[in-house]
Amino acid sequence: MKRFIGFLKKEFYHIFRDRRTLIILFGMPVAQVLLFGFVITNEIKNVKIAILDHSKDEITKQITNKILASEYFILDKNLSSDNEIESIFKAGNVKEILIFENNFAKKLEKYGKANIQIITDATDPNTANLIVSYTSAIILNYSNRLNVQSNVPMQIQTKTRMFYNPELKSVFMFVPGIMAMILMLISAIMTSISITREKEMGTMEILLVSPLKPAQIIIGKVMPYVILSFINAVTIIVLGMYVFGMPVQGSIPLLLAENVLFILLALSLGILISTTTDNQQAAMMKSMFGLLLPTILLSGFIYPIENMPIALQIVANLMPPRWFIIIIKDIMLKGTSFAFVWKETLILVAFTLFFLIISIKKFQIRLE
Amino acid sequence: MISVQNIKKSYGDTLAVSNINFSVEQAELFGLIGPDGAGKTTIFRILTSLILPDEGKAILNGYDVVKDYKKIRQIIGYMPGRFSLYQDLSVEENLNFFATVFGTTIEENYDLIKDIYKQIEPFKKRRAGKLSGGMKQKLALSCALIHKPEILVLDEPTTGVDAVSRKEFWDMLQRLKEKGITILVSTPYMDEASLCDRVALIQNGQIMQIDTPDNIVKSFKHELIAVKTENMHKLLHDLRNFSDTHSAFLFGQNIHYTSINSKINNEELKHYLQKNNHKNIEINKIQANIEDCFMELMT
Repeated sequence: MKRFIGFLKKEFYHIFRDRRTLIILFGMPVAQVLLFGFVITNEIKNVKIAILDHSKDEITKQITNKILASEYFILDKNLSSDNEIESIFKAGNVKEILIFENNFAKKLEKYGKANIQIITDATDPNTANLIVSYTSAIILNYSNRLNVQSNVPMQIQTKTRMFYNPELKSVFMFVPGIMAMILMLISAIMTSISITREKEMGTMEILLVSPLKPAQIIIGKVMPYVILSFINAVTIIVLGMYVFGMPVQGSIPLLLAENVLFILLALSLGILISTTTDNQQAAMMKSMFGLLLPTILLSGFIYPIENMPIALQIVANLMPPRWFIIIIKDIMLKGTSFAFVWKETLILVAFTLFFLIISIKKFQIRLE
Repeated sequence: MISVQNIKKSYGDTLAVSNINFSVEQAELFGLIGPDGAGKTTIFRILTSLILPDEGKAILNGYDVVKDYKKIRQIIGYMPGRFSLYQDLSVEENLNFFATVFGTTIEENYDLIKDIYKQIEPFKKRRAGKLSGGMKQKLALSCALIHKPEILVLDEPTTGVDAVSRKEFWDMLQRLKEKGITILVSTPYMDEASLCDRVALIQNGQIMQIDTPDNIVKSFKHELIAVKTENMHKLLHDLRNFSDTHSAFLFGQNIHYTSINSKINNEELKHYLQKNNHKNIEINKIQANIEDCFMELMT
């Protein structure tokens, strides 16, 4: 035990004396959460629009006010003729133009129907889509209210409600994903690098020629990163909760326990990588391409797995982060208990054991 | 006591060492002498249980290096050829680390390392990576000694170390030997061979001769002369083309020359060199050293 503590102490010296490692360890999680949270966002906010009102009556004014009253849109300019449409889009600030046809209120009264044209700048199709649906929703809402007032025969309306994430906040998507990504990166890359560094520096040679058992070396290498990764996991959760308002509906101990499980999984992957590589550079490359890209692309973090071709869906099932993200979303957003995530948890446990057994088998007690 | 029998090892198709047989007595300072790539490190790694021999057997103090590798790792102190300590840890932290790993403390075995460690103790707060070459070797030796090993295996401990530190280092080895530690050391420096009790000359993975340094020198059969002229490059070329020449090698300022005849005819040689336009010819009879023996074995 004293040996083991001595080994642990040495590992902490390594970590705290290497400024680069420290920055990666503690700076990266915070930077990434903030980056993903604020920059890569599917929400629209303060979109600049222009309005071309050919009618200028009571109703068009009410609709305009309603749209501008939402926090999604701000009025950039009131247009006076169709000729301005092209040029204002080319200027680039305005993403949407609303055009009310002339005699809007009169037509609505007379025929029960009037037209609003919505033109968007679709150079960014995703944003364009979002803007249109937000605008239509507001207008629909307004016309429903008009219907109620005028006692028109009942109409069937579809009403959508978004469960668990009523405002469709993308942060709710990203926080679990970033958690998976960062824990994977920190744990796997850091352990694989720290083990291969011993090989590269030749110190593995004297560690092997010492009475230290392979298990002591591995656990000693991994333990500091379990602690540091756990601190990171907590940091991400706290940032998610207090900076982005991410709810934690489920039990926090369960959430943390699942995090520890995932950290162990990532660490065992890191050990596995280090047993197959002899230098830090190769370990880094393997971790990056082998872990980072699949975690981003195939885990359902950004791209929904349901929309992938069948072959990729099967591959995605082999990605541990995929299951972790499901667990985290369930616990944080739905508040489910362990009874509903035990299957995914079991999959993670199985992955961990699988990686650990291979790495212990592959760990060499000799140099070759 | 170390006994090595018929060790053979190849890496893929390359034969690293073969037919390695030698034994080392308790408290003996045994040297493996040979150029880079001769197979010294391979032999040491087999003895320290770091790699497995393809054939043959090696026993260290009664323990087999393959079967009893765990025991072996308790009784040996090993200093690899490359400086293999933690550069980002201080002198003291490195020593402490190796002490705890072997289940001991600096205080417990301070006696053994005192002579060496007190030379680097003034720098004990300094990071190991910032030490000079000689100090690094002293620290590495201290770390290899901290658990009071029965056998010390040192792979080229003096390579890249200045002459003064090298001398100090060998003095320390002598003192450790007196404490009963069996020491196995390798070096590419022939002049260090005479500091060992016995040496094995090794070349291309084969041991060519094992004996005390004195006996090895005595076994040199040829008469040896040192030749020197103004144009050494041409001299080497001309000597090698001389019909009587057995060997001619450049050693520092001189060329060491042996003849195929049992007695060297100095006059004839001088005459031959004069004919080839050499000036200021100096010919001196000298005693062979280990390096001459080594070169002789190689030819």
